[in-house]
Amino acid sequence: MTEPVLSVRNLQVEFVTRRNTLRAIDGISFEIAKGEVLGVVGESGAGKSVTGLAIIGLIDRPGRIAGGSIYLSGMRIDDLPPQEMRRIRGKRIGMIFQDPLTSLNPLYRIGDQLVETIRTHTNLSEQGARKRAIDLLAEVGIPAPDKRIDAYPHEFSGGMRQRVVIALAICAEPELIIADEPTTALDVSVQAQIISLIKRLGRDHGTAVMLVTHDMGVIAETSDRVAVMYSGRIAEIGPVRDVVQNPLHPYAKGLMGAIPTLVGDAARLVQIPGSMPRLSAIPPGCAFNPRCAFAFDRCRIERPEPIRRGTQAVACHLYDAAGKESAA
Amino acid sequence: MLAFTLRRAMQAVGVMIAVGIISFSMFRFAGDPVNQMVAIDTSAAQRAEIRKSLGLDDPVVVQFARYFGNAMQFKFGVSYQFRQPVADLLKERMPATLELAICATILAIVFGILMGVYSALRRDTFVTKILQAISLIGISLPTFLIGILLIYLFAVVLGWLPSFGRGDVVQIGWWKTGLLTASGLKALIMPSITLGLFQMTLIMRLVRAEMLEVLRTDYIRFARARGLTTSAIHFGHALKNTLVPVITVTGLQFGSVIAFAIITESVFQWPGMGLLFVQAVQNVDIPIMAAYLLMVSLIFVTINLVVDILYTVVDPRLRATISRPA
Repeated sequence: MTEPVLSVRNLQVEFVTRRNTLRAIDGISFEIAKGEVLGVVGESGAGKSVTGLAIIGLIDRPGRIAGGSIYLSGMRIDDLPPQEMRRIRGKRIGMIFQDPLTSLNPLYRIGDQLVETIRTHTNLSEQGARKRAIDLLAEVGIPAPDKRIDAYPHEFSGGMRQRVVIALAICAEPELIIADEPTTALDVSVQAQIISLIKRLGRDHGTAVMLVTHDMGVIAETSDRVAVMYSGRIAEIGPVRDVVQNPLHPYAKGLMGAIPTLVGDAARLVQIPGSMPRLSAIPPGCAFNPRCAFAFDRCRIERPEPIRRGTQAVACHLYDAAGKESAA
Repeated sequence: MLAFTLRRAMQAVGVMIAVGIISFSMFRFAGDPVNQMVAIDTSAAQRAEIRKSLGLDDPVVVQFARYFGNAMQFKFGVSYQFRQPVADLLKERMPATLELAICATILAIVFGILMGVYSALRRDTFVTKILQAISLIGISLPTFLIGILLIYLFAVVLGWLPSFGRGDVVQIGWWKTGLLTASGLKALIMPSITLGLFQMTLIMRLVRAEMLEVLRTDYIRFARARGLTTSAIHFGHALKNTLVPVITVTGLQFGSVIAFAIITESVFQWPGMGLLFVQAVQNVDIPIMAAYLLMVSLIFVTINLVVDILYTVVDPRLRATISRPA
C-alpha cells in the first residue's frame, strides 16, 4: 500500500477564550489516498471547515492545534515554522473557499493574481507565468482565456469566478486540494459543473481532494469515501456507497434519512430532533446522546471510540460487543 | 470616463458660480465701499463721481458679470488697507501657504499610513498603544495649543527652531520658496507638524480601521491559502484596498489644511494667505476676503474633482459604474 497523501492522526483544535477553552476538533483521524476524493459532511459547527483550515495551517488566534499530527505525503506539517508552512500552502495544498464572489481581490486583474501566485511558487518568468495562467484558465473551462485573463473579478459571474478560484488553487499542481463548500454559494445548475470540474481535475492530476460540504447529494456524486462529522468528532467514515446505503451511526442514519427522494411519499422529511450542542456545552460521553433514540447509560458516561465494521468505521457503543449486550 | 470627467467639471463650474455670487454679495452687505475709500469731508458730487467711476451705479447683474469676469482673470480689485491689487497680494502670499500645506499633508500621509498599517498589523504591542495615545492627543488637542506647546518646547526651552516667520527665502520667478535654505526648512518644521498632526492622526485611525476590516475579508484569507508572502498580502493586497477612503479623506482634508492654515499661520506668524485673511478681517478689507473665499473654494472644487478621478484609478469596479451614464 502506498503512502496516503494526507494523514491526520488524533487531531485536536482548541479555541482559547477569556472564560474557557473550547474544543472545536476533538481527536479525529483519517487518511486520503492519491487521487481519492474524501467527502466531509456534518451540520454547521461540526468542525468541517476548522479541520480544513488546520490542515493548511490557517487556524488564527485564539485558535490553535492542541494535539495530534498531520502528515502530507509522509512529512509532518502541523509543527512547521510559519515560513515553511507558507511555502506549502498554495504549492502542495490548494484551498478553495465557499464564496467565489469574495475570494478574489477586487482591485487586481485575475491574470495578475494568477501570475503572482504562480511566481510565488515556481521559477517561471513573467511571460512564462502568464502563459501558464492562460493554460490554467482554459483547463478550468474559462472561454477565451487569453482575453479574459485581463479582466477584473467583477466582470465574471459567480460560477466563472469559482473556476478562477479553482485555477488559483491548482496553479502549482498541489498534491491535495481542500474544497470548503465550493458550491454552496452557487446556482444549482452551476454547482454540477463545478463539482464535475473538481472531480475531473482530481482524476487528471491524481490530486487528493478533501471536499467539505453539507450537501449529501454532492458527496454521493463525487466522493470515494465520506466522513460524517458531529461536534468535532468523526461519527462514521467509510466508502460513500456503504455509508449512504447502510449507515451505522444513528446520526448518519438520521442524515441519510433526511435526504429527499424523488420517489415515494415526500410529504414530510425525516428530521433529527434537537440541534447540535454548542462547543461550550458538549455533554459527557457521546456528544450525540441527547438526540439519539438508541442512547443508553454507557453513552452518557463513556465517549465511544471508532470501531471497524467491514469497510466502515463507526464511533458508537451500539457496535461494541459489550454495548450491544447491555442495549439488549 | 471622459463624459464623467466633463460632467464633474461642469458641476465644479456651477459650484464656483455659486461661490462667486456669495463672495460678490459680501461687498453689498458690508456697507458702501465708497465710504471706506473717501475722507469724511469729501463732497457728495465727488462721491457720486467715484461711484460712477467704479461702476457701482450699474444694475446688480451687470456688476456681478463684471466682478465675475474680472475674477476669471484673477483681478480681484484693490485692497483697502494695502492699496495694492489683491491679486498681487495673494500671489505674493500663496507660495508660503502652499508650501506649508503640502509639507503638512505629505507628513500626514506618510506617517499616517505607516502608523496606521503598523498599529493594524501589530495590534497588541506596546508601540501600538503609544501610537494610539498620540493619535488621541492629535485628534483632540486644538491646533493653536499644539503650536504654542511646540514653540515653548523647541523655540523657548531648547532653542532649536525659530518660533516665528519663514526664515530666508529664495526667489524663483514670482515664487518665493523657503525650501532651499536651511533656515527656511528649519522654520517649516514646527508649522508643518502643527498643521499636519490632526490629518496624520485622522489618516492613521482610518488606515488602521480599514486595514483591520480588510484583513478579515475572504480574499485575504484566500491569498494566505495560496501561500503568498506576508508582505505581498499586507502591502500588495490589503493596503491597496484601504486606499479609496484614504484618498477621499486626504483629498478633502487638503482643502481644510489650506483653509485652516489661518490658525497655524497666526500662531507662527507665517506670511501666508491665512495671515493675510486674518488681517483683512480685522480691517474689514472686503476685496481680500472675497478673493480668499474664491481661492479656497477653487482649491476645494479642484481637489474634489481630482479625488473623483483618482478613485477610478484605484478601483476598477468604479470605472465600470462610471462609464455607464447615471
